[in-house]
Amino acid sequence: MNPSLHNVIAQTEQVILGKPHQIRLALACLLARGHLLIEDLPGVGKTTLAHVLARTLGLQFQRIQFTSDMLPADILGVSVYQRPGADSTSGDFKFHPGPIFAQMILADEVNRATPKTQSALLEAMEEQQVTIEGSTRPLPVPFFVIATQNPTNQIGTFPLPESQLDRFLMRIQLGYPDAQAERNLLAGVDRREIVAKLTPQMQAAELFALQQQVKQVHASPALLDYVQAILRHTRESARFVHGLSPRAGLSLLAAARAWALLHGRTAVIPEDIQIVLPGVASHRLQSVQDVQLSDGDKLARELIEAVAIP
Amino acid sequence: MKLTAPLVYGIIASILLVSAPHAEHLPLWVAALSTMMLGWRLYLAASANPLPPRWLLLTITLAGVGGLLIEFHTLFGREAGVTLLILLATLKLLELRTARDATVLIYLSNFIIITNFFYSQSIATALFMLFSLLVIMATWVHMHTGTLALKPRLRIASVLLLQAIPLTLLLFVLFPRVQGPLWGMPQDAYSRSGLDDTMSPGSMSKLSLSDAVAFRVAFKDAPPLREQMYWRGPVLWDYDGLTWKNRDGPTSISGQGVRTRLPQLDNIASPVDYTVTLEPHNKSWLFTLEMPTQLTIPATLTYDFQVLSKAPVSVRLRYDVHSQLAYRANAEETPYQLQRAVTLPRGLNPRARQLATEWRANLGDDEAVMRAALGYFNREGFIYTLEPPLLGANAVDDFLFGSRQGFCEHYASSFVFLMRAAGIPARVVTGYQGAEFNELGGYYIVRQSDAHAWAEVWLQERGWVRIDPTAAIAPSRIQGGLNAALPDNAALPFLARTQLPLLLRLRFNLDALTNQWNQWVLGYNTERQFAFLTRLGMEDVTWQKMALNLLIGVAVLVALFALFMLRRLYTPKPDPAQALYLRFCRKLARAGLVRAAHEGPQDFAARVIHGKPERAGAINDITARYLALRYAGQDDAFALRELRRAVAAFKL
Repeated sequence: MNPSLHNVIAQTEQVILGKPHQIRLALACLLARGHLLIEDLPGVGKTTLAHVLARTLGLQFQRIQFTSDMLPADILGVSVYQRPGADSTSGDFKFHPGPIFAQMILADEVNRATPKTQSALLEAMEEQQVTIEGSTRPLPVPFFVIATQNPTNQIGTFPLPESQLDRFLMRIQLGYPDAQAERNLLAGVDRREIVAKLTPQMQAAELFALQQQVKQVHASPALLDYVQAILRHTRESARFVHGLSPRAGLSLLAAARAWALLHGRTAVIPEDIQIVLPGVASHRLQSVQDVQLSDGDKLARELIEAVAIP
Repeated sequence: MKLTAPLVYGIIASILLVSAPHAEHLPLWVAALSTMMLGWRLYLAASANPLPPRWLLLTITLAGVGGLLIEFHTLFGREAGVTLLILLATLKLLELRTARDATVLIYLSNFIIITNFFYSQSIATALFMLFSLLVIMATWVHMHTGTLALKPRLRIASVLLLQAIPLTLLLFVLFPRVQGPLWGMPQDAYSRSGLDDTMSPGSMSKLSLSDAVAFRVAFKDAPPLREQMYWRGPVLWDYDGLTWKNRDGPTSISGQGVRTRLPQLDNIASPVDYTVTLEPHNKSWLFTLEMPTQLTIPATLTYDFQVLSKAPVSVRLRYDVHSQLAYRANAEETPYQLQRAVTLPRGLNPRARQLATEWRANLGDDEAVMRAALGYFNREGFIYTLEPPLLGANAVDDFLFGSRQGFCEHYASSFVFLMRAAGIPARVVTGYQGAEFNELGGYYIVRQSDAHAWAEVWLQERGWVRIDPTAAIAPSRIQGGLNAALPDNAALPFLARTQLPLLLRLRFNLDALTNQWNQWVLGYNTERQFAFLTRLGMEDVTWQKMALNLLIGVAVLVALFALFMLRRLYTPKPDPAQALYLRFCRKLARAGLVRAAHEGPQDFAARVIHGKPERAGAINDITARYLALRYAGQDDAFALRELRRAVAAFKL
């Protein structure tokens, strides 16, 4: 494995206790140039994870707390008229970039905002650029969004529509830490202090190079057969409301490539697909039996067991 | 396409293989010349020297053809034609320069294959020619693929031959047959050993050295006893002091009614039905048990009870016979024949004549004289042997009073001589005695080594009576066969000796196989074809119908092959690495470690190692090799070979 990648993981694990798998999934998501959705209860360490990753990777970090009265301009930025003064000869509109102009964004409680605001964020995520008042402004590179979402049955939320969910490469859940991890957490120093002391383990250029490497990871015809078999199964099976989209297939492959790279391999093997599948597919699959209460992770595990590796 | 040295070797090998069986009947100088040219071409290919100039080849060709003309006085016919073909084929090798020459030589070697069947149609020949065909096909594949290694070339050739099997079978069954032998060449007689129409000292013992099959017999019901199995062949009347023959010929039509009578059997009993499959022996005799009364093929029963076919038997022949083992044959005989049966050459063998006259004077009736003669053989220390000493001009005297060692022809000859000297009409009958049962095939085999000679005397009221003087000296010859009667070290043919049970079994197996081959492959003639096709359900078989069926069959087969190949073209090839990995999985499954269909190789390996930690090394090795081959795009034969080796070596 890349040594700096190793350091990144080691440092993150020191802060986020007992979640090695989720840390790696988040990193894989970042390396695959996708965005991450963390769906969990408040207070399990979503913000900390984002913060730690940003610090460790040496990325600019911005946190946006979504509220129901938020407008798109609050995220993207606004142009404000400036009177002619000492620094400027004539009166002019000056653009004040919003919090989205950062390399890593933590979009907290994204399902609290109105759909209008949500879609402004999601469009920016997809396009890697924003268009405000006719001019198009590119977003920084790398650009990585970690959105958090409270469970949808909580009061005062606008659940993200399926089309928007598809924009996220992965959805993961952090869950409660285990007893040992929790004990260490309680006994240890304040997390915020630790985060403040963290040093970047990687340059932005290095991260960019790694993202390029992900694309080079070999996916053999046999593996593509497997991916297609999975996609075909979701489309043909009566178990799912609708099958996985082609974008989901691309996401699956990209995530698996990143996972393989994270583990120092130059080719994707079926296990890579299987391990990222719950993260990639769980928010895209719905059971026909109970749309509201379907458990994406469980569905994904069923999917793995139903498809033979060709 | 380039003519590489290996391709040239392949073509030389093809020509050599198909020509080699001809070596024994090629003129010596042709065999030597052809071998020399093969060797020359081999040397030129190995040393990459230029081929000989055209004028030299032309000279050799003209000289060779001239030599053939001197040798055979013709360039046509089997012998001359085949010799010419082989000579020209080896010469053509010396001007093998282009792809066109190579193609010509490959077709030529295919053609020479056929010529081998002019000489032998045995299973061994067929198998050898099949092998030659495989080599020729592999050479042909080599010509068109160039770089392929020997093994895949042989595989393609084998597949081609296998694919040809259904077509071959179809052609074999349906191709309209013509009457006659499969590869018959009318002008070429079969030169086979067999009974002759004369008998002289040594002729029978020479024949008994051959273990060639004379004919095979299948009895419909219970077979007769061995000592009743006298297969009647040539009947010999006239003796010149050395040789017995039939001077009048077997069928003397001219004297019908005066000199001869029609064969007449009465008081017949113990009928027996059987089928004889006679090997071609180029004479007319159809061997039957004494005495035949019905035969299914056209034949003549002569005045002395010989069964003759219309023409010499040049192809294998099957016939059903109805015989009567008890009979009275020609109780009335013409004076001419009776006179003929007491005629002896003048002045020869005085002592034997003397002995016979004494018996005649002292003993009353004919039967007493017969008994005296048999008793004489029995008492006076006669020896039954394959290698008797040579006899002088008075052969019978020398034998009876001198050497007293002889084979069946000596005894039959002397006995008939004594009878005639005593005035009793007698004649020599030759044929075969006994048979060997093949348990596997359920039929009897009569070999040339069963050739035998015995005597017939004519008695008042009883007609012609068979007397076998050999039975008086060596009764075991009649009851147990030749090997029972002769001492162990006798120069008997290998197959006629008693052998280990295993060898005996093998021998019967081989003969049963040969019999099936003869009956169904070589003997598949017009009648059999009609019978077989009728049994298959074809009504009123005509050659037009056969041809139509043949064409339809070929079309259907080719279409099937085409479909099969197209399907293969459009279905993905199974990955060889995956096939090997699945074999590995099967090995583990046998040990109870079954891989779930969705289980990835690495997960499976981890689970298996958990159960079998002692095999962790091999399991990890195989898994890593498999992953590299199947998922990391590693695509080389070496890695695949290594995986194959690892999987083959893997044991739990």
